[in-house]
Amino acid sequence: MDWTALRLSLALAAWTLAILLPLGIVAGRWLASTRSRSRPWLEALTALPLVLPPTVVGFYLLVALGAQSPLGDAFARVFGAPLAFSFAGLVVASVIVNIPFAVQPLQRAFAAIPHEVREAAQCCGLSRWQAFLRIELPLAWPGVLSAAVLTFAHTLGEFGVVLMVGGSIPGETKTIAIAIYDRVQAFDTSAAGTMALVLLVVSFVTVALSFVLSDRWLRSERR
Amino acid sequence: MMLTLALSHDGPPLDLDVALPAGEIVAVVGPSGSGKTSLLRAVAGLIRPRSGRIALGEDAWLDTARGMSKPTRERPIGYVSQHYGLFPHLSALANVACSLTHLPPGDRAERARACLALAHVAGLDDRLPRELSGGQQQRVAMARALAREPRVLLLDEPFSSVDRSTRKRLYVELKRLHAELAATVLLVTHDLDEAALLATHLCLIQRGRIVQHGATGDVLTRPATVAAARLLDLPNLFTGTLERDGAARTLRWGPHALALPAAADAATAAGTAWTILPTKVLLHRVDRPSRGERENPVRATIADLVTLGDDVIARLVPEGLPDARLHLKLSLHVAQRNSLAPGREVTVSLLADAIVPLAGE
Repeated sequence: MDWTALRLSLALAAWTLAILLPLGIVAGRWLASTRSRSRPWLEALTALPLVLPPTVVGFYLLVALGAQSPLGDAFARVFGAPLAFSFAGLVVASVIVNIPFAVQPLQRAFAAIPHEVREAAQCCGLSRWQAFLRIELPLAWPGVLSAAVLTFAHTLGEFGVVLMVGGSIPGETKTIAIAIYDRVQAFDTSAAGTMALVLLVVSFVTVALSFVLSDRWLRSERR
Repeated sequence: MMLTLALSHDGPPLDLDVALPAGEIVAVVGPSGSGKTSLLRAVAGLIRPRSGRIALGEDAWLDTARGMSKPTRERPIGYVSQHYGLFPHLSALANVACSLTHLPPGDRAERARACLALAHVAGLDDRLPRELSGGQQQRVAMARALAREPRVLLLDEPFSSVDRSTRKRLYVELKRLHAELAATVLLVTHDLDEAALLATHLCLIQRGRIVQHGATGDVLTRPATVAAARLLDLPNLFTGTLERDGAARTLRWGPHALALPAAADAATAAGTAWTILPTKVLLHRVDRPSRGERENPVRATIADLVTLGDDVIARLVPEGLPDARLHLKLSLHVAQRNSLAPGREVTVSLLADAIVPLAGE
């Protein structure tokens, strides 16, 4: 059992969530309320990681994060280490790959808030920020929850993009999904089996927890 | 003081310029899609008209000529929308407290409770909106709208989703609240009876334009145009020829010459539309003549009779005008005492004061 790989996966999921959730809330809310003509194109863009093969996403990320790219170059200059094949690079890749899992539930949740309720907030004299914190965010709570769970669980299980962008550097980019693949290649079935089971249990508990919470929320709604 | 509204907008269409008396209950009445709600939303700042000016007295809220528009949250308004827009996750008290962010947090609960009491929903502080009846939800929405002590209260068909008995109670409460608060109330409704009961000023609107506005009684009994008469759903809409002889005016309607009150401004006009309220068509008693029988008598045959509760609506075919149908409204016992029946001949008087010549479309 590769505990380092598990810790790394959990850290990656936590970082991804911490960065992506606030961005997803902003983007989801904007997409839910905008009348911009560019909306369908932006929606398509956010959904793209769902349909592209991980190798394609990984390839472009590798190009974008590599030392020759402005982003990779800037990162290397500031931190003295390359972005590609590093944990930081993995976080960037993971955030991008998870965009649809975070933005789509959030967009649906914000879109479900009745127009009348949003307008009532303005008529009550609430500032934008007050209206967001007191009215919109609590009403979009089930969407926030499912965005968080999907992002977390999907990051734990991500394989292709991680392999393309991070390789398999122990303690840096070797996540549990990669470690399982590694063990299988080395015919170490028992280690692979243990880790697969751990990943299965962690993922199941995460997803089940979200269902329990949203069920409780729905019950309190109907009460 | 006046509430001045000069608005023009394309989608939804609005094209109006009107000054409404502040401090009154003003009903905005019109068919669906006539722009009533858009008018209210423009006053609230929820839509920004292409051009226009909104001002309460000297205090301008919108002046596109100066590029000025106060955001909704800064306008001194309270808004009750058709489905109330209560915050579903907040208790009645918290809903009202949301309108009180200008007060220190410690004072909000007490003030919110006072508003709920004012709107007659005290004791339901902790209930969520879904745990309240329609009437209670409406009252909480009203309490929330009143909490900020608005100078203009905007009500968008606030009585449409409550049952009849609740509606009657809410009417009384609105009148009482208005007397206590002295705010201007803009009440959007498609119900003329509701407007007649509640409003002192009536504003008829169609396709985003003001058709007529004025004191409720005047608008209801003296429409100025054919369009206004149609909006008021007046059944007696006819055409005649208006003739003048000095100050005296006569309306020729088929073989009948109807005397009108003297007026200085009228001109002779063929094809003049005119109307008379069905309650102002007086039936001559069959057994003995009564007062006013010499006033514009018209002989007619009863085409049909419809009983609606204690009232009877009779449709008459006036002599010499086989296609016209003169509606006459009278109480059931009068109809019975005069043994009215289809096919019977009767004589009615069209009260001169109640005959209203109308301007064209």
